[in-house]
Amino acid sequence: MLSFENVGMRYGVGPEVLRDISFKLAPGSFHFLTGSSGAGKTTLLKLMYLALRPTRGLVHVFDQDVSITPRTELPELRQKIGVVFQDFRLINHLTAVENVALPLRVGGARQSEIDSHVRELLSWVGLGERLDARPSTLSGGQQQRVAIARAVINRPKLLLADEPTGNVDDRIAVRLMYLFEELNKTGTTVVIATHNNALVEKFGHPVLRLDDGELTIRRKSDARGPM
Amino acid sequence: MIFKRHSDLPFERDQSTRFLPWIVALMVFLGVLMFAAALVVSDAVDTWDSTLTGRMTVQIPERVANPENTRSLAGLLQATAGVEDVRIVPDEEARALLIPWLGKEIVASGLPVPALIDIKIAPGARIDPVLLRARLAETVPDITVDDHRNWLSALITLARTAEILAFAILALIASAAIIAVIFTTRSGLAVHSAIIELLHQMGARDTYIASQFQLQALMLALRGGIAGALSATIVLLIFGWIGQGIEAAFLPKLALSPLGWLALLLVPAGAVLIAMLTARMTVLRALARMP
Repeated sequence: MLSFENVGMRYGVGPEVLRDISFKLAPGSFHFLTGSSGAGKTTLLKLMYLALRPTRGLVHVFDQDVSITPRTELPELRQKIGVVFQDFRLINHLTAVENVALPLRVGGARQSEIDSHVRELLSWVGLGERLDARPSTLSGGQQQRVAIARAVINRPKLLLADEPTGNVDDRIAVRLMYLFEELNKTGTTVVIATHNNALVEKFGHPVLRLDDGELTIRRKSDARGPM
Repeated sequence: MIFKRHSDLPFERDQSTRFLPWIVALMVFLGVLMFAAALVVSDAVDTWDSTLTGRMTVQIPERVANPENTRSLAGLLQATAGVEDVRIVPDEEARALLIPWLGKEIVASGLPVPALIDIKIAPGARIDPVLLRARLAETVPDITVDDHRNWLSALITLARTAEILAFAILALIASAAIIAVIFTTRSGLAVHSAIIELLHQMGARDTYIASQFQLQALMLALRGGIAGALSATIVLLIFGWIGQGIEAAFLPKLALSPLGWLALLLVPAGAVLIAMLTARMTVLRALARMP
């Protein structure tokens, strides 16, 4: 599904922000990505969702070496990846429904298909009453749920989320995590970058931990329990 | 339908596109006028060319002109190889040709007017006017044979040059329009870079993003193109109305044919097409630099 081999990444002529990163994600796996601020989590996610190419090393996404994949084939790979950005990146002039529908439109889905799926999902994340609201009129938590709905709407094979529960209360955070788990059960590989240790402990999935650009992997714990 | 809008990009908030319709309108206005000028000149040259090519005129000076001379020359011409038709121009018609230059009174006051014989040459045939004159002069001396080439070729060269110049100016106008669209599109790319990056991230193909800029360019150029074409049409109609009052014997009718009016539509249509293609190419080139 996804593998990194001795990947290093630097911006321009600066120091390496990621060093010798090697790991593999099996199809259908669920991982947390943790680390202190500035440890390189966002850069690692960007490499995973093909927004960056590594300075060195090999990155395979869906078993394709991205360094030799022709640029024209990358959109097809990207359409299989759902991303929840830390800053949501909702389009302000579009409604919640239109924002969530974007990946489907980009993928060329039929309008009737878009209409029903989008409304259903937004209702599921508790925004059934705010379908036509624009992002500027939504609270931070509501915006985050729209961003998550947008990332999962086309049932991606790989879901990458950067602090997806950062702006919601614990109840909604757990509900969103269940949504990610539901998606994971249908075969989607999930990576959640988070600072929320309680959530990591509660759900007990393996942890990719970044410290100062270096990665360690903590296998699955059995720490499930009440938050 | 859920969607009222067709664009993921908020072009309506983009200040840089505000002036594009005005620029296109100005370009189309100038372009239509230039193209109309080129068409009128081209028509005029064709008219001169088709009217005078393949024709010669024999002039018999008034002092030697008499019906007998004229008929014998006409007979000789009729028998000349390559001559398709010979017509003795009636005296009234010959005098009428002078009226625009000298006025009715002078022409009517017994002004000596040469007798004229109009010769139509068969298609593909060539007759040397010098040799023809020499042969005819054996029967009636002092006659002249005019194939109109002297002044016609200079006039046609001048008109063709004007025509080329008009098309060159049209090309310059198109180039200026292309530059304006490139700058507007680049500005749009910069303004909407965050959304473009997001769409790119979702797996939008370059053509998906380019088609949105292309559609926007179409709408703006269409608005400008219609305004420019309408303004130019009004100006041309005014010119046409003024031109109706001008009578000049040597000038062919300086007016657009119905086909010419239709051809003018090519200018706004071309402007719209240029704007769309330029926007598309500009976006595709810019996006090709993304990972």
